[in-house]
Amino acid sequence: MSSPADRSRMIRFEDVTKRYDRSTDALSGVSFRLDRGEMAFLTGHSGAGKSTLLRLIGLVERATRGRVEVGGLDLGRLPRRQIPHYRRQVGMIFQDFRLLQDRTVFDNVALPLVVAATPAADIGKRARAALDKVGLLRKERSLPQELSAGEQQRVGIARAIVTRPPVVVADEPTGNLDPELSWEIMDLFGQLNRVGVTLLIATHDVDLVRRMHYRTLTLLHGHLVDDTGPPVP
Amino acid sequence: MTTPRPPRQPAAGTAPAPHRRRWRPWETLLVWLFRHAQAALGALGRFVRSPLAALMSIAVVAIAAALPALLYVLLDNSSRLLASWEGAGSLSLFLRPEVTDGAARKLADRIAARGDVARVQVIGRSEGLAEFRRLSGFGAALDALGDNPFPAVLVVQARTGDGGAASSATTLLEALRQLPEADVAQADQDWIQRFQAFAALGERITGVLAALLAAGVLFVIGNTLRLEIRDRHAEIEITALVGGTPAFIRRPFLYLGLWLGLLGGLLGWLVTVIALAALDGPVSRVAQLYQSGFELHGGGFSLFAAMIGAGTLLGLAGAWLAVGRRLGIALPR
Repeated sequence: MSSPADRSRMIRFEDVTKRYDRSTDALSGVSFRLDRGEMAFLTGHSGAGKSTLLRLIGLVERATRGRVEVGGLDLGRLPRRQIPHYRRQVGMIFQDFRLLQDRTVFDNVALPLVVAATPAADIGKRARAALDKVGLLRKERSLPQELSAGEQQRVGIARAIVTRPPVVVADEPTGNLDPELSWEIMDLFGQLNRVGVTLLIATHDVDLVRRMHYRTLTLLHGHLVDDTGPPVP
Repeated sequence: MTTPRPPRQPAAGTAPAPHRRRWRPWETLLVWLFRHAQAALGALGRFVRSPLAALMSIAVVAIAAALPALLYVLLDNSSRLLASWEGAGSLSLFLRPEVTDGAARKLADRIAARGDVARVQVIGRSEGLAEFRRLSGFGAALDALGDNPFPAVLVVQARTGDGGAASSATTLLEALRQLPEADVAQADQDWIQRFQAFAALGERITGVLAALLAAGVLFVIGNTLRLEIRDRHAEIEITALVGGTPAFIRRPFLYLGLWLGLLGGLLGWLVTVIALAALDGPVSRVAQLYQSGFELHGGGFSLFAAMIGAGTLLGLAGAWLAVGRRLGIALPR
């Protein structure tokens, strides 16, 4: 039977190594845990292993060694046929937004519901609720290229939260945005966190991380070198 | 260095409960059907968006389907023509020189009574001589002979049995050769047998050609799908990342292959029908010259069903091969 500590744990990395070829470890012996409803930043220079770590959580790749657990599931042992169902429980946000350019904003946000065979009536309600949450309900019929970069990222966020996942991971979500828009996006993440969503946000924007009062994990050459709390105001 | 995590966090609540609904089988079925209809129409929509590329692929499938179909239909018609031609069962029985015309007519009556004989024509010795005299122009030479050198001849028409005219004639020929009045019994079947051998060879060549063209269709559809997958790589990746199953990702591409094959088969059938219509007139004229009512047979519904079915199956198979190899991006090993 799992202990209360186990039950509160949302993400757990235990001595995780990811190796792409014989000589390079993208991640090496990384261990940490993230509790339910916790929000944390993942920082480090380019190539430090931030994206690799998030790809392991999204089960885009599997760890070479060690154990990755999300919501109590051991991802190393998850059968391939269950991966799509697992991914519906993890919202993923990307630096380049990854929107389908030939589909409307509504269609992009509805995509995770469509793949989950959600009834059409529910799709409409839930996609519009997600768009409303990110303030883009007016633009549901627009195409992504008709939106600003900040708006496109908000569409990406709406798509990530439309299935109400307990975990959201974001890979450099403000990498293509100016500081003002970056704050807007961070404010959205704060709102999500306040309703209990566990968030792990990869960014190399040290200034942004310093100004937010959240836990910060720092990677250097694939090693987790720092795990600190929010700076004292 | 990894430091222990200090106790901090503004709002460490619990994740929202997952959205739960009562499972209704009919609703699941409706959603499933709707998604399939959506994928099928979406695949058709891609043809509309790039009609030239689609038309070229469909035309390749159509030609690949029409060629063996046309060959098959023509061979089938040749076999039917041969089976129906009366000359195929016609035998000539040359009687011994001492058999008189009267004895020849009695023998003809006995032979005509057999179950495997349709009719018997007697060409008496004098008739033979008269015909030769008329046709050859050697009248004076024949007069010099004094005696009639021609034997009486019975032209026996075999009745067509289950095995066709040729097999009936062969059996009858053996029986006629055993008659004491018979000198030589012959059936001019060599050319028929040669024709049948060529027809069998043609059928085999058609089969090989059909197999090769089917492989060609697989490659053409596979290549079309490969290009489509390359164009939609981002869509596939995004769909996989938000939880799309391999079946969901594969579905629009399979429908694309299915439409390519089905429309290609349909167009191929139309090409076959038009080609046969173009041949029908000349074939009828040739048949009339030989006092035959022969008409080209187009293959009917079975040819239509076979071409549509084969096209659809090949389209699906080509798409499956192309998509299956490229779904690795959707799921990690």
